[in-house]
Amino acid sequence: MNAPVDPKKLIKGATGDWEVVVGMEIHAQVTSQAKLFSGASTGFGAAPNSHVSLVDAAMPGMLPVINLECVRQAVRTGLGLKAQINLRSIFDRKNYFYPDLPQGYQISQYKHPIVGEGEVVVDMLDGPSFTVGIERLHLEQDAGKSIHDLHPTMSYVDLNRSGVALMEIVSKPDMRSSEEAKAYVTKLRTILRYLGTCDGDMEKGSLRADVNVSVRRPGEPLGTRCEIKNVNSIRFIGQAIEYEARRQIGILEDGGRIDQETRLFDPGKGETRSMRSKEEAHDYRYFPDPDLLPLELEQGFVDDLATRLPELPDEKKARFVADYGLSPYDAGVLVADREQADYFEAVAKGRDGKAAANWVINELFGRLNKEGLDIAASPVSAEQLGEIVDLIADGTISGKIAKDVFEIAWSEGGSPRRIVEERGMKQVTDTGAIEAAVDAVIAANPDKVEQAKAKPSLAGWFVGQVMKTTGGKANPQAVNALVKQKLGVE
Amino acid sequence: MTDLTDLTLAEAREGLAKKSFSARELTQAHLDAVAKARALNAYVLETPEKALAMADASDARLAKGEAGPLEGLPIGVKDLFCTEGVRSTACSRILDDFTPRYESTVTANLWRAGAVMLGKINCDEFAMGSSNETSAFGPVVSPWRRAGSDAALVPGGSSGGSAAAVSARLALAATATDTGGSIRQPAAFTGTVGIKPTYGRCSRWGIVAFASSLDQAGPITKSVEDAAMMLQAMAGPDAKDTTCADMPVPDYRAAVSRGVRGLRIGIPKEYRVEGMPAEIEALWQQGQDWLRAAGAEMVEISLPHTKYALPAYYIVAPAEASSNLARYDGVRYGLRVPGRDITDMYEMTRAEGFGREVKRRVMIGTYVLSAGYYDAYYLRAQKIRTLIKRDFEEAYAAGVDAILTPATPSAAFGIGEKGSGDPVEMYLNDIFTVTVNMAGLPGISVPAGFDAQGLPLGLQLIGRAFDEETLFATGRVIEEAAGRVTYPQPWWG
Repeated sequence: MNAPVDPKKLIKGATGDWEVVVGMEIHAQVTSQAKLFSGASTGFGAAPNSHVSLVDAAMPGMLPVINLECVRQAVRTGLGLKAQINLRSIFDRKNYFYPDLPQGYQISQYKHPIVGEGEVVVDMLDGPSFTVGIERLHLEQDAGKSIHDLHPTMSYVDLNRSGVALMEIVSKPDMRSSEEAKAYVTKLRTILRYLGTCDGDMEKGSLRADVNVSVRRPGEPLGTRCEIKNVNSIRFIGQAIEYEARRQIGILEDGGRIDQETRLFDPGKGETRSMRSKEEAHDYRYFPDPDLLPLELEQGFVDDLATRLPELPDEKKARFVADYGLSPYDAGVLVADREQADYFEAVAKGRDGKAAANWVINELFGRLNKEGLDIAASPVSAEQLGEIVDLIADGTISGKIAKDVFEIAWSEGGSPRRIVEERGMKQVTDTGAIEAAVDAVIAANPDKVEQAKAKPSLAGWFVGQVMKTTGGKANPQAVNALVKQKLGVE
Repeated sequence: MTDLTDLTLAEAREGLAKKSFSARELTQAHLDAVAKARALNAYVLETPEKALAMADASDARLAKGEAGPLEGLPIGVKDLFCTEGVRSTACSRILDDFTPRYESTVTANLWRAGAVMLGKINCDEFAMGSSNETSAFGPVVSPWRRAGSDAALVPGGSSGGSAAAVSARLALAATATDTGGSIRQPAAFTGTVGIKPTYGRCSRWGIVAFASSLDQAGPITKSVEDAAMMLQAMAGPDAKDTTCADMPVPDYRAAVSRGVRGLRIGIPKEYRVEGMPAEIEALWQQGQDWLRAAGAEMVEISLPHTKYALPAYYIVAPAEASSNLARYDGVRYGLRVPGRDITDMYEMTRAEGFGREVKRRVMIGTYVLSAGYYDAYYLRAQKIRTLIKRDFEEAYAAGVDAILTPATPSAAFGIGEKGSGDPVEMYLNDIFTVTVNMAGLPGISVPAGFDAQGLPLGLQLIGRAFDEETLFATGRVIEEAAGRVTYPQPWWG
């Protein structure tokens, strides 16, 4: 927090510069078959109230039993965040009344979370990376869903989500712009996906953010914060922070005071509005859940999970730079998604890493983006793309032809090598044939030959003509050399 | 043939084995007694058809030689236990006619052992009370009366219905629960045996929760041996209750006749409370004499934090209750009183659904957990709880095998006599029993004599954690010395 203030990140107000300070609580749905304390399914999209056990519905006399898979996932996530794993943690009850909270309390972890302090290194595309401190991670139950718009006077309640395991990941107030906040969530989501502990699908509500925003004059102590609840897309997180920072600056510059409160982001209007003030805040009456014993883990249990952790994005990026000679930027682009990184590695294996990265990032990602497709849905497999890279490397085709081959593979499928063979797309490297083509072009354009002798840059026109008559298959370097030699220009 | 309802559980089992009578006859005799005893209000729901069907099934198994340990023995079930397809209300209006689709682990264990269900038994609302006067179904009347008086007395609580039913011979035994004395105090008031086992000995799954860290199921019976038989069937591990001990249940019945020779029995000086009636003091002395005569050694011990137990209990138990009872909100089951909006519906439903004592405890519990009060109340009460536990651990570490105390500070009192002005007057009933729940230890109440007006009095034995066997052995010695209780002749019909 004492790092020098980067002037680029400051917000200009009417009376001077302001710094925005952002911290976040991310609610990440744990990837697991069953809920945190019941055997009911966590499947998405089922008919309302079809995934509800007696425990989830809080029937009389029902008791929670911890789902060990959710504990494993929380520990794995903690390890991925390089965080302290607490071998003893305690489940507490957070008491409040709401129709989609059948127990009348949420089982959560209050004073003794399962994971303590850790950190996330976040890369910025246009600047140095920075570190966001993780305050804690705890396990808790999700609530059900209240549906208010299906009946004129009543609300419906769907308990399918009730009791699903969430990880609440609390960051320190270490972000200084909406861009940093978005980059942090993106990076955190990448780590969770690598670990397989949360699918990160914000549209389905698997990842939601409570965003704490305050502003201050550079170098001054933290200002009063407002919490923006339940923001469910990375874009909205950015918008909400921008709006909220401006709102707070406006109040302060008018001589006003920020009230600590909970706010909601309205994506339609792009603004935040007050939900409840600090005075209206619930008294949750936290106390240890007497139905559950403290959660005690063995060090061996944690160590075992640690040894079986997958390679995480930071390590993968470093390896891509070291092993494939990639630029940190390209490596960063590739590791942002585990499937993308895997795809790249399949292409790069035994080939030139840089060429592979080039093809994956520029051609493939470009095309996927254009079509709005996921890497998993790519019509061109890593094997096919690898073949294209090979065909360029061994001189069978030129880079230009390769793009045509890629296009055919994309739309029609098939092995690139066979496409090249069957369609006669092979590069002509036979000097005799190229020479004949060059001679023919020179013979047909005596006036241009004269001009070229005076202006050597016109040699390029001859090269183009030769390429045209050979259907682009002539080796461009060979054509270039022969044209210059025959024209007598250097 | 004597009246079948006068038999103990053990005697009835023997009779069935010898084919002196059938399970159906035994069950019918109890159903008839129940039907005649409605003035006592012990049962809130009679299930005669189910009882006879279960009895017939038992007779079939008896005939095939496949009898379970409690085969064909009719018992009553405290209405705090959820019973599949049978209305379960915790004697609260808020549960209305709630009929679970599941069976509590403890009752399921009993049915597996062959027991027959006569019906659901009255208790204090959500087990909150010491006289069975807080039940939404009205108070239970004790079968006992003071000599020469027909004033209605309480059977104790919260398992007052269970105690009344057993002592009025309306069931061979009954299930009960104990959060601060709710098994032992009514047992003491009715000349019956009641054991609250170690916390974690019985599964809490399917029992309506009052205070989760204190609640335990146990039986109320006519004899120590019967208590051993019942607990044997009720107890055991259950993966559905994390707090239930994953430990095998020893052969309790074998422990009953073990005797007390060589045992060291602790006599805690802090239980000699001010204003304790002389007859209670005398009873306690008598108990010591009996045990000494049977070969045990009496050792004075100190449990210095005893005096803090009751106030601490009345913080911890309501705190947990306030949260446990939040689920009764009118949304999914039970009573719903419509309101203008959701908050109004909650308030109307809970105002109408909960009785006075339950509301009082929900409010106390909410208060002691609220911001700014938590440390002063809940946290300090938990610290006291740790100290109380340590008092016991030190006594046992010093070589004491069990501890002998009075079960209650007095004999049964009249209906409406206590607590209407000051609820603490009622809470003081639990003064000898709550420490045991706070420490999670097993405690048994055994009938040991009578007061001047002919009302039963009990002695309490407190054991080491998971050492119910010593309690059965010691309890049996007191029972034998005191002689078999003669239960009141039915004046009730």
